[in-house]
Amino acid sequence: MSGVITWLNDPAHWRDRPADSFVGIPSQIVNHLEYSLIALGIALVIALPTGLAIGHSGRATWVVAAANALRSIPGVGLLVLLAVIIAPHFYGRTDLGYLIPTEIVLVLIAIPSILANTYAGVDNVDPAVRDAARGMGMSGGEVLRQVEFPNSLPLIFSGFRSATLQVIATATIASYFPLGGLGRFIYDGYHQQDYDQMVSGGILVALLAVLVDLVLSLVQRLCVSRGVSGRFSKTPTQDPATAALRTKEEVATG
Amino acid sequence: MRVPATTVLATDANSSPWHFWTYFMDHRSDDLRYLWDHVYLSLLPVVVGLIISLPLGFIARRYRWSYPPIISITGLLYTIPSIALFVIVPPLFGLKSLDPKQVPIALTIYSVALLVRVVADGLASVSEETLLAASAMGFGRMRRLLSVELPIAAPVIAAGLRVATVSNVSLVAVAGTIGMDNLGRLFDEGIQLSTPTPYYPPIVLGIVLCVLLALAFDGIIVLGTRLLTPWRRVAR
Repeated sequence: MSGVITWLNDPAHWRDRPADSFVGIPSQIVNHLEYSLIALGIALVIALPTGLAIGHSGRATWVVAAANALRSIPGVGLLVLLAVIIAPHFYGRTDLGYLIPTEIVLVLIAIPSILANTYAGVDNVDPAVRDAARGMGMSGGEVLRQVEFPNSLPLIFSGFRSATLQVIATATIASYFPLGGLGRFIYDGYHQQDYDQMVSGGILVALLAVLVDLVLSLVQRLCVSRGVSGRFSKTPTQDPATAALRTKEEVATG
Repeated sequence: MRVPATTVLATDANSSPWHFWTYFMDHRSDDLRYLWDHVYLSLLPVVVGLIISLPLGFIARRYRWSYPPIISITGLLYTIPSIALFVIVPPLFGLKSLDPKQVPIALTIYSVALLVRVVADGLASVSEETLLAASAMGFGRMRRLLSVELPIAAPVIAAGLRVATVSNVSLVAVAGTIGMDNLGRLFDEGIQLSTPTPYYPPIVLGIVLCVLLALAFDGIIVLGTRLLTPWRRVAR
């Protein structure tokens, strides 16, 4: 363990060294976040409107089930398969040949969580609330934007957070190929039998994941209306949002 | 980039993705060993995890003050990416790096992280009236837990077990990228064989076997739950 602390404290590991093409820890964190953000952005653009539409209309729910079925495919396998198909077309020019398959897999991994939770969130809105909004003369689109969406935000956030964690984890595995990101240290350490580097890489990835989740939980606190999250009472009741999520998760996987 | 087929073995008809079965038959002994390793690496951590989670979940339910800390700690563990946990486990548990035990230990940590909450929430789903009725019938605390609370919580716990097992199948494959023996090794072999031209059979074989394993485990747990909770079938 002391070797790991030494490795992490070595200033040489925090700087890029173009001479022997070593990329330092800060730059790899940036790379890691970049891969993850691209995928999460694309997945959000696809899954959020789809989930809202399915939840609002109650139609085409099979799409959610189909996306959920995707989850049993191992991410590593898909990554290797796509890399083997795509990479030869880019050989020797850029790392796009590995970046494109990685991004495809990351998007595919992020979509099911966001889609399932968005759908569940909208579907779970109390029918009485929806009827009241209708009764006040809101149109379908207004009900969706002003009632169903804010009410389903806690679930949407929890779906997005679990998607983010899965994407960060899988982006690490992408360093199995010659790509950047914090996984570089894990796989370089593994191949060079430099286990201090490997363990340090693991610790950095774990810290990144925990910190990102923490930031997202703060964003969630700021975005979700207190009327929905029920965060005023002093009595230690169970958070209704998580309670709703649990039952929905069981339905989604059940 | 096209290389004449006569010089490179991999451009042969056998490199077609559909030849994964031939690949399996050709490397039967290795592949069966990987499959067995994958089976036990997916199941053992869930079983051990459940054994650890039952008392922890019970404590989280029984003593209300312990619920938030237990759930926060297990939630934190669950956010750690799998490959990171695999490499962090050996120094924490005093193992050599790349010890084969690091994979089941890491996966047990995940299973506990997931199942403690499931057990606690499952026990919480038992209604107060049921508990009072059981006590009024003279059930002691232990007997009430074993013959009333746990059976009622069984479907919730089983749902958690399904999630844990199916995600374990994928996570075990990740350990193949750091040289651990399991179906993940097939992906590694696929990459080795894919220079200079793609060679699909081991990769497709790995994906197919992983998906089949996940489906099989899922089916077994669903079936087991149905057998263990016959009263639920009547209610439908």
